[in-house]
Amino acid sequence: MKEHSVVLSNVTKIFDDSFTAVDNVSLNIEQGEFFSLLGPSGCGKTTILRMIAGFEDPSSGNITLGGKNIIGTPPNEREVNTVFQNYALFPHLNVFENIAFSLRLRREPENQVKRKVMEMIDLTRLSGHVEKMPSQLSGGQKQRVAIARALVGRPTVLLLDEPLAALDAKLRQHMLVELDTIHDEVGITFIYVTHDQSEAMSISDHVAVMNEGEVIQLGTPFEVYESPVNAFVANFIGETNFFTGKVARVENEYFLLDTGRFGKIWFYKDMDVSEGQEIQVSLRPEKVKITREKPIVPEGVKLNVLEGVVDETIYLGSQTKYTVAIGQSHMKAFKQHVRYLLDEVIISWKDNVYVWWFADDSYVLREMGGVPLEE
Amino acid sequence: MKSKRNLIGFLVSLPGVLWLTVFFLIPYLIIILYSFLTSGTYGGVELPLTLAAYTRMLGNAGYWQILWKTVWISLVSTVICLGIGLPTAYFIATSKRSNILLTLVIVPFWTNFLVRVFGWMVILGRNGVINSFLQLIGFDSPLMLMYTPGSVILVIVYMYLPYMILPLYSAIEKFDFRLIEAAMDLGAKRTEAIIKVLVPSIKGGIIAGIILVFIPALGSYAIPDLVGGTDGAMLGNLIAKQLTVARNWPSSSAISMIFLLISTLGLLVYMRMNKVQSKRRLTIRESYMNEEEI
Repeated sequence: MKEHSVVLSNVTKIFDDSFTAVDNVSLNIEQGEFFSLLGPSGCGKTTILRMIAGFEDPSSGNITLGGKNIIGTPPNEREVNTVFQNYALFPHLNVFENIAFSLRLRREPENQVKRKVMEMIDLTRLSGHVEKMPSQLSGGQKQRVAIARALVGRPTVLLLDEPLAALDAKLRQHMLVELDTIHDEVGITFIYVTHDQSEAMSISDHVAVMNEGEVIQLGTPFEVYESPVNAFVANFIGETNFFTGKVARVENEYFLLDTGRFGKIWFYKDMDVSEGQEIQVSLRPEKVKITREKPIVPEGVKLNVLEGVVDETIYLGSQTKYTVAIGQSHMKAFKQHVRYLLDEVIISWKDNVYVWWFADDSYVLREMGGVPLEE
Repeated sequence: MKSKRNLIGFLVSLPGVLWLTVFFLIPYLIIILYSFLTSGTYGGVELPLTLAAYTRMLGNAGYWQILWKTVWISLVSTVICLGIGLPTAYFIATSKRSNILLTLVIVPFWTNFLVRVFGWMVILGRNGVINSFLQLIGFDSPLMLMYTPGSVILVIVYMYLPYMILPLYSAIEKFDFRLIEAAMDLGAKRTEAIIKVLVPSIKGGIIAGIILVFIPALGSYAIPDLVGGTDGAMLGNLIAKQLTVARNWPSSSAISMIFLLISTLGLLVYMRMNKVQSKRRLTIRESYMNEEEI
């Protein structure tokens, strides 16, 4: 078992005796992992980061770093450094001196400072900008200086507060890959705060999905995407189709749900359900096929087929996102274009189509309306 | 097109140029001229041109003494203003009631300058508020609070402190306090963070404050005249004395030139620092031009 580098136990933060920013959060963050706190703005993720950094103290609960309680330890004495959302580079110091800041505070000898800073400059690929002032740098360069400055003192944990929020989409992708590379190279714990699910999904070992001060779900990116515990997680991470209704019949590994809007639909029984139970199911749109021809259902395969009219198409090059009107309701279906021009007949707006999926491809949400269902 | 713009620029700046020429440049040229003339028998000036006013002043130990005293009184006052002004401005800028506090700093300006100096005379005088109080609690002889360099410094600090606080406030108010957090995150104690990050960031405000206090302090006349006595006399009083009592116009002009020299030196230092900054600003603009690279 790996040692835990950061452990939060029942941490609560209440501001001004009234606003609960963080509500009874417990997290075990392993040594060396890339951990993401993901949630909409105001969900308390930045407050958690600031408590780990030492800028805020929890109203109750405990935070330990490498087994040591760090509550009350000032930020300058914690082996934790932060990459701030707006970079917070010192405007009066050039790139070299910005990175050297923590080393200078420790009065390290000049040759040592130089060596360590140059190492960081190599790591973050900033050579050629050493003498520049922060105001002369582009967004991506500032970002790298901020990372180098935070890493040069060899912290045990690096906190990143929405570090890519100010960058454009292309550069963000590029920096994500670089962050991942840097993480692999330095091997310390990264705690990454973001509201962007794709960022969190692409580089994290574990993701904590937060809402209104609480951790709603904790797991690998795969787990939170494929097995969201409730509608909030399913909706926040990617797009999804929801089916809500009472269980009409249970049959072996499947159950029939009376969804009302879509009629009765077969779903895979990945947890125990009983007849008459109220249930919500999530079905990711990329698992839904869309064709003009009615699919032939092979013997013994539980396939759901619905008929509808294309209401909206969003062509994205690699795939098309369809919204299909089925009766009074809508379903989303994403079609990946895997063949060049041979991709069947192009489906367009107002076409009559069939949407269909294997009953095994859905997931029963464990919580409904915030109350966990019994498993 | 370009010449038209030039013409407009010329016309717009004309009133200012005329004003400064008539009321600033010409009088100064006259003072320079006077400083090289001979003092007239019945006041005024006459030919021939001579360096007498300068040699007489520079050869006189008393002048040097007053010159030196003027500089150090101004320096000490400026340093005290900075020492008080910096924490005050910091407090105001970070306070939730900064508007009210800022108004309080400005309120003294609503009272006439001389009235406020007289107010200090009432407080510091031989039979003033402090001495009366001291006698009341049993001190025999009154303290000599007035007519010392100390009293001059005290009143100069009182008068010019707002000129230090205001530019410092506007600099600190623009300061991004997240930088302090960043510095502390990187291992700095709060005081270290303030010295290493806040102070360099508000350098412009500090320099402006120093100039706004130091230059007027150098030119003090009314304050040393009223609370300085002979011990606290400064260059301004010397100029006035030469002009009114001694009726020696060349001499007072020469002292004015020396004064001009000192304050110009101060401004040159400021402009040099500014130049370094604007040069930096220029390179920033250039770098924005080729911002394409990542």
